[in-house]
Amino acid sequence: MSNQTLTDPLTLYGKTFNSRFLLGTALYESPEIMLDSVATSQTEILTLGLRRQNPAQGDGERFWQMIQSTGCTLLPNTAGCKSAKEAINLALMSRELFATNWVKLEVIGDDYNLQPDPFQLLEAAQELIAQDFCVLPYCTDDLILCQRLREAGCQVLMPWGAPIGTGRGLLNRYALKALRQRFDCPLIIDAGLGAPSQACDAMELGFDGVLLNTAVAKAQDPALMAASFRSAISAGRDAYRAGLMQKRQTAHPSTPTIGQPFWHQNS
Amino acid sequence: MKSNDISIAINASPVTLKAPASLSDALQQWQSEPSRVACALNGEFVPRSAYPSTRLSEGDQVEIVQPVGGG
Repeated sequence: MSNQTLTDPLTLYGKTFNSRFLLGTALYESPEIMLDSVATSQTEILTLGLRRQNPAQGDGERFWQMIQSTGCTLLPNTAGCKSAKEAINLALMSRELFATNWVKLEVIGDDYNLQPDPFQLLEAAQELIAQDFCVLPYCTDDLILCQRLREAGCQVLMPWGAPIGTGRGLLNRYALKALRQRFDCPLIIDAGLGAPSQACDAMELGFDGVLLNTAVAKAQDPALMAASFRSAISAGRDAYRAGLMQKRQTAHPSTPTIGQPFWHQNS
Repeated sequence: MKSNDISIAINASPVTLKAPASLSDALQQWQSEPSRVACALNGEFVPRSAYPSTRLSEGDQVEIVQPVGGG
């Protein structure tokens, strides 16, 4: 166990984690590759979903057993829901099936960019919190929406970096920085990251964690990419804690100028 | 279809059940063997404990879901 894990835990809804990397379980070419990626990521939180059962396939039970074998905390999502009602009912189904009151709350408002519907999201969050859920909302970087979600009782916010699956990184750094300055609750960048450097960027800005799926699952070597994201997230977190230097407009020599040999006053 | 049958939809597929039918009956007909699922009836979650007492009617829409990978 590193010093960081001893001194810098991530706490979400009273539960403490050493890892700041939340990983999705979709889109892998095989369950084995998914498990390898989970292992190298060293994640402690996995997202998963619910879909209509096809009894002829019968792979739900196998998937469930594989997920359970990881020992990770489960974070079921409400992906694909387009209204508060749909999301609330899917969350209730998740709670029964996965025996957890944690939910990654997604209510999509637009199919083009899979942008969260802020109005339905807030309505669903209010109802689920009233029903004792721990809601981790997938939201935009809108400051007022985030304020309303906090007022509703969300202890964690998960703004997007960019639309799901785009790999475009932090599209609106101004808004994301504003969220960091305005909220002292855990903030997790959820979606839109395509490269470890982007995850490092998010962590350097002071975000508390990163949630992603596609960038790992669709890499040529998902397990290696998961390890790369793990390192980048850790590096970014350390950099944030260490405190980045202020940027300057002009050059400043790092080697002392006093005692410079061959120095001539008029040169 | 017999006169005492009802037609419902499970996961958008048409299913015929002998009336009276409960959600337990529908699930038993849908799955060859019990597995880890959760159910909703006409868009509303139904707790597992209520399956036997949930009476189905003509045209009901049942959703039966299972765990899948998700992001």
